[in-house]
Amino acid sequence: MRFVNKEMKKIDGIGLITGKPFYTEDLVANQEYLIVKLLRSPHAYAKIKSIDITIALKVPGVEGIYTYKDVPQTMFTLAGQSYPEPSPYDRKILDEYVRYVGDPVAIVAAVDEESAEKAMKLIKVEYEVLEAVVDYEKALDSHILVHKDRAHINYDTIGYDNKRNLASSYLQEKGDVEKGFSESEVIIENTYYTQPQIHAMMETYRSASYFDVYGRLTVISSTQIPFHVRRHLARALDYPSSKIRVIKPKLGGGFGGKQTSVCEIYTAFVTLKTGKPSKIIYTRKETQAYSNTRHGMRLTVKIGSDREGNIKAIDIKVLSNTGAYGEHAPTVTSLVVYKTFPLYEKVPMRCKADIVYSNTMVGGAFRGYGATQGTFAVESAVNELAHKLGMDPTEIRMKNLVDQSETVSGDIKKCIQIGKEAFDWKNRKVVDMGNGKVRASGMAVTMQGSGIAGLDTGSATVKFHDSGDFTLMIGVTDMGQGCDTVLTQMAAEILEVPMDKIVLNAADTDVSPYDPGAYASSGTYVTGNAVIIACEKMKKEILASASKLMNKDIDELQYTGEYVEAKDGTRLTLKEIAIRSVGFEGKNQITTTGTWGGENSPPPFIASFAEVEVDTLTGETNVVDFLSVADCGTPINPALARVQVEGGIAQGIGLALTEEITIDKNGKLLQDTLMQYKIPSRKDLGPKVEVLFSYSNEPTGPFGAKSIGEVVINTPAPAIADAIYKATKSRVRSLPITSEKLFWEMYSK
Amino acid sequence: MILTLNVNGRKREISISPDEYLLDVLRKLGYLSVKRGCDTGSCGLCTVLVEEKPVLSCSTLAVRAQGKKITTIEGCQEEAKRFAEFMAAEGAEQCGYCAPGFTLTVLALMKENENPTDEEILHYLNGNLCRCSGYISQLRAIKNFMEAEKR
Ligand code: FES
Ligand code: FES
Repeated sequence: MRFVNKEMKKIDGIGLITGKPFYTEDLVANQEYLIVKLLRSPHAYAKIKSIDITIALKVPGVEGIYTYKDVPQTMFTLAGQSYPEPSPYDRKILDEYVRYVGDPVAIVAAVDEESAEKAMKLIKVEYEVLEAVVDYEKALDSHILVHKDRAHINYDTIGYDNKRNLASSYLQEKGDVEKGFSESEVIIENTYYTQPQIHAMMETYRSASYFDVYGRLTVISSTQIPFHVRRHLARALDYPSSKIRVIKPKLGGGFGGKQTSVCEIYTAFVTLKTGKPSKIIYTRKETQAYSNTRHGMRLTVKIGSDREGNIKAIDIKVLSNTGAYGEHAPTVTSLVVYKTFPLYEKVPMRCKADIVYSNTMVGGAFRGYGATQGTFAVESAVNELAHKLGMDPTEIRMKNLVDQSETVSGDIKKCIQIGKEAFDWKNRKVVDMGNGKVRASGMAVTMQGSGIAGLDTGSATVKFHDSGDFTLMIGVTDMGQGCDTVLTQMAAEILEVPMDKIVLNAADTDVSPYDPGAYASSGTYVTGNAVIIACEKMKKEILASASKLMNKDIDELQYTGEYVEAKDGTRLTLKEIAIRSVGFEGKNQITTTGTWGGENSPPPFIASFAEVEVDTLTGETNVVDFLSVADCGTPINPALARVQVEGGIAQGIGLALTEEITIDKNGKLLQDTLMQYKIPSRKDLGPKVEVLFSYSNEPTGPFGAKSIGEVVINTPAPAIADAIYKATKSRVRSLPITSEKLFWEMYSK
Repeated sequence: MILTLNVNGRKREISISPDEYLLDVLRKLGYLSVKRGCDTGSCGLCTVLVEEKPVLSCSTLAVRAQGKKITTIEGCQEEAKRFAEFMAAEGAEQCGYCAPGFTLTVLALMKENENPTDEEILHYLNGNLCRCSGYISQLRAIKNFMEAEKR
C-alpha cells in the first residue's frame, strides 16, 4: 500500500490553516447581496392574528418582507434523508402558527443589516398566544396539539399520530424479554436523561443564493447534504429541480446540524421573489437556540441478570423530544435500539419508544444519532448492575457482549482487553487525594454503523484529463472530517499515481455524481467503495483506449500508474494516452463512475476508560485521564482517524459534564451564547487523552476500513458518570453532570 | 469617518461608521481569513494581532485601531505555512475554521515565551475554541513546531 493506511497530510490542510477564503461567506463577501433576516416568534406557541408590514416596508433599503401569506403552501421536511424521507412533511416555509420560540414569522430582505434590523422592529405582529407544551414529558396525549392538522407521511410504519403529539413511535423486541426477567435473580430499573446537545460548530448556519447567467437558481451553502437541499428547495418552493444548483464550499464544521436544511430555503425564496442575490448568516444565538439539537431523551432501562452477572433481559422505554417539527424523528430514536441490541446479542431486549412533538426547538441529527443517548442509558445500567452484583464492569461485559463472529469484523471484547491493559485498569483504585478530592475510574463500550444499509448509496466519478492526471468528483461533503483526503488516498492507491495527480472536486449538484451527503458515517465506507469501483473502471478504460492507440490486444497490455506497457516492451505513458484519447485520433474522453451501497452497515467498536477527579466539596469534576480503544477496521489514514476519536471524546466530555441546556417555562432556551453554553476548552481536556486502535479487516470495506466519525462520541458520558459514582457514591442520571447537580446529589442524602 | 490602519505592512484607509468593529472592517478590506464564531467574545476565531498582541477583533471598535499595526494571517503566510506543516502532520486541522485565529495566537505566544510548558500553552490559547479537534493533536503540533523553530 502506498497511500492507504498511511498518515497522509490533508489535501486542503495548508490552505485551511493559512486562512484561505473557501467558506460560504468568503465566496460572496463584499458583493451586492441582499441581507436576509428572520423575524422570529417570541412565543412558544401562537397563532398569528395579523401582521402589518406597511411601515417596515418604507424603511429605505428594504427590498421585501414576506409572511405566511406570501409563501407556497407545500408541506415538506428539512431532514437530510434519502427520498422518500421517513420524516413527516409537517413544515411550511412560514406558517400561520408559530410552534417554538424562534420559529420564523417573517422573512426580511434589505440592502444591509441596519435596514433589515430596523424594518424588523417596525413589523407589527398581533399574536393569539396559545397554551404551549414546553415540557416534552407532558406532551404525549396532552390537550394541547402542536400540529392540529395531519402531516403527509411517506411510510405508515413510523407510528405517526398528531392527535397524540406523536411524530413517531415504535416497538422492537428480540428474544423473550418477559421470560428473561422471570429468570432473573437481580433486577434494577432506572431512568436516565440526555440533554438536547447543541452542535456548536464554529461556522454558524449560512447560505447565499443568486441567479446565474443561465437563469438558474444557484445556492451556495454550508451544508452536509447538497443533493437533499436541492430536492428540498424544489419541493418547498414548488420550483423545478433542474433549475436549481447547490454548491457546497468548505464547511466550518457540521456534526449533523447541517444534515438539516436549516437556512437555504430563505435565501432561495428571496432570490426567487426579488431576482437578486441574497445571503443569510445565522448569528450564534440563532444557531444555538433556533436551529436544531440532539434529541433530548428520557430513557428508562430495566435490566435483569443472575447472580453471576449473566444478563437475562433488557427493557428500554424511551421518550424522545423532536420539538416543534419532526425532522429526523423516526430515525434518530431507532438508533437507541440498532446500536445497543447487537452489542448484547444473546440478551433478549425490548424497546418501546415515543417521539413526541413539543413547543421547543427542533431535534435533529447529531454525531452519534441516537446511539449516543442509547449508549448512555444502557451502558450506565450495565455499570449499575455490575456494582449491585459486586462485579468488575469489564467482567460483566466480557460475559454478555457479542463474541467475535464470522459475520462481523472486529471484536469489542478485544478492545476491552487492550484497554484494560493499557489503562492498567485493575490497579485503578478509588484514591482519596487528601484535599477533598477523590479520583476514580469508569468504563463503557459502544458501536455504530458504516452507512445506512440497504438504503443510501454513494457515487464517485473520475475524469481522465488530456494531461494524464485525474479529477475525482464526489458528492459527499468534507466538513472537516477529512473525506476529501481519504477518498483521494484510495483513488491514488487504485490508479497507482501520486496523490497530487488527482484533483478533488466536491460538491456541486451540477457536476458531482449523486451522493446523499455526509452523514451516517458513510464517507469512507460507502463513497470509498464507490471510488474504488470508479477507479477500477478507469484503469480498464485506459487499457481499452491504449489498446486502440497501440494496436495491441488488450490482454497483452499492463497498466502501471505511469504508462501502459505491452508484452513486447512497447509502452505509452499515461500522458500520451490521455492527449491522444481526447484528440481526433481517439475521440474518447474517458470518464467513469462508480455507485455503491451496502447490504450491511459494519459496526466500528469502541471501549473507553475514564479517570475523573471530583471535588467532593463542590461537585466539580475533571477528567484526568481518558483512553479510547477503537476498532474501525483498517484505518485509511490513522492520523485523521485518531483526531476524529480525540475530537469525539472532547464532544463527549462536553455532553457528560458541561453542555447544559435549560428551557424556561415560556419555552426560551437560556444557553444561547457560547458564554453560557460551555463546550470544552483546551484546559478541560488536558494532555491525557489517549487513543489506541484494535485493527481488523472489514471484508466489505474499502481496504478493510469501517467508519469512525460518529462512534467516537458515545462512550465518554457513561464512562465518566460511572467514575463519578465510584468517587462519590452518588449517581447523577441526567446529563450533563454539572457540579451543581452532583453537589445536590451528594448532599441531599 | 476615515480610519487609517496599517494592515500587514500596508497602509489602508477606509470610511467607517463609529460603531463598526475591527472584524467587519478587516473583512470589508478583503482580509477574509478573519472569521466570526460568536457574538460574545468567547471563541477567539476573530483573533488578529494589534501591535503584535492578540486581540479579539469582534469586540474591538475599529476606531481603536486608528494608526495601529494590524497583522492578519495573510500577513504572516510564511510562518503560518511552516506551522501548517506541523498541524497537517498530526491531522490536527479539521474544518479549519478556527485555524487563522488560533495560528496567530500560537505565533504571538512564541514571541512572548520561548519555552512554554504545556500548562502555559493551554492557558495562553484557552480562549481559542475548536469544536472539531479535541485540542490534543494541536498541542502535539505546537510543541513539535516550537522545537523545530528553535533549531
Ligand atoms: S468572534 Fe468569537 S471571540 Fe470574536
Ligand atoms: S478545526 Fe473545526 S473548529 Fe477547529
